Amino acid sequence: MLGIVGTVPDPDFPVVEGKVSVNGESVCIGAFSAPVNRGTPALLAASVAAAGVMGLGEVWAFLVGDLGTGSGSRSLYSYLEKNLPSRNLSVLLFHYLQPDVDWHNKVLFAVQEMNPRPVLIADAGFMYAAKMSGQATDYDLFTPDAGELAFLADEQAPHPFYTRGFILHDKTKIPELIARAYEHENAAKYLLVKGKKDYIASRDGILAEVDKPWEEALECIGGTGDTLSGIAAALVESGMAVPKAAYLSARVNRLAGSLARPTPATQVLEIIRAIPGAFKKLGGAHPEMRDGHERSLQIGNEAF
Amino acid sequence: MMFLAKLFKKKDPRDDGDGRGKTDRGILVFENTSEVIRAERILKESGWKVEVMGPPPEIRTGCDLVIEIPLVERLNILRLLEKEKIEPLQFVPVTGPLLKPVDLFQTKRIGNYLMVRAANMKITIDSTSGVIVNISGGGCPDVPFLAAEMVGAHLNKAPSPHEIGHTLCGYALHLAYEEVKRLCSE
Repeated sequence: MLGIVGTVPDPDFPVVEGKVSVNGESVCIGAFSAPVNRGTPALLAASVAAAGVMGLGEVWAFLVGDLGTGSGSRSLYSYLEKNLPSRNLSVLLFHYLQPDVDWHNKVLFAVQEMNPRPVLIADAGFMYAAKMSGQATDYDLFTPDAGELAFLADEQAPHPFYTRGFILHDKTKIPELIARAYEHENAAKYLLVKGKKDYIASRDGILAEVDKPWEEALECIGGTGDTLSGIAAALVESGMAVPKAAYLSARVNRLAGSLARPTPATQVLEIIRAIPGAFKKLGGAHPEMRDGHERSLQIGNEAF
Repeated sequence: MMFLAKLFKKKDPRDDGDGRGKTDRGILVFENTSEVIRAERILKESGWKVEVMGPPPEIRTGCDLVIEIPLVERLNILRLLEKEKIEPLQFVPVTGPLLKPVDLFQTKRIGNYLMVRAANMKITIDSTSGVIVNISGGGCPDVPFLAAEMVGAHLNKAPSPHEIGHTLCGYALHLAYEEVKRLCSE
């Protein structure tokens, strides 16, 4: 089962664990709901849409309300520390959480007690904490954008806010930043770098690039990175190897973005609604996408 | 010889010439970033030359800002903050270089829209109406909240991320917000 950990912008939202459903413009867990606009609710809605197309089982979430003070995140961290070891999850994605190295390490210890150990994906605040803790290599996939990749590449920066200028510079090439992130052990086993061109990379270098279709407006739209991570997690849950899932999620997300005919004012919900259409256009009902572990995909010199 | 060298050593090259040599600076550490943001505003409004910086490694937790202040003004500054009911957790003399927040902005125009990025945060406005149409990037939990509060509002009427944000992502958004306001006023 795919598990997703994150926050919603509602201070009255308690620590909640359960099956996720989408109802209109909201994601729901039991009696609780949150609007899908960006952040973890957008990621959850994208995962549910992708899982629905592929006929996967339920998407499971661990959520709490947090407006940025960190108190909700700390409650959820404490809950995860106690409860994760007894959960049976095949994929576990960490998302918008207050970056806190001590709590990150406690949660990672709890993950290490899980049997079997899930495929680990981190994005957003939890990815920041994973890098700062020095434990990035314990993860299977990070999904940074270009600015966050520069942060991963800067061995001194504890948060993207402190990325040094010479690394953040516009002309710094993505492949160089990827190499630097791996050189300092600040990247997961695989990276899915989202941007004008999406890159799938590992310690061995760039495995694949996806640059079509390209919609300039997508960079402005809050939540498009969240949908990408959510689709990638669902594809990994389907049994695909991580790099293949990353590659196909980039294609699906770009196509969904294009199908939504976006302007810089488009909201991410419109893109989420286009995810099933994007899967269909790419052959989502085809076994290659549904049973990726049975058919190989050549990426660079590797077959997945 | 080493003793003499130390005794007569040259002026610290990090001293920027306005009395801000790092040996006469200290940092105020607060419970959370929103307190830092509030304290910075109060101190700057009162005329103090203070800067928000990254904390030294030994006191980092993951989403931190500290305020760098002149060492000799510590008591006056603490008194002012106490009056405003903001109490720092601790005061630490600066012994090494601190991380500087990002100060690079990237600007892009797409048709009638203007997007400004600071660090990992982006804000986009409709430059004909002045309405904020999107906020993207970031990874701290106040980003979705800030977006919900600001998107759809006019640039001059939207709540400032400085006022309602709590994290470094919120602070970065504030920088982008100020930059887009500056560009629109030109």
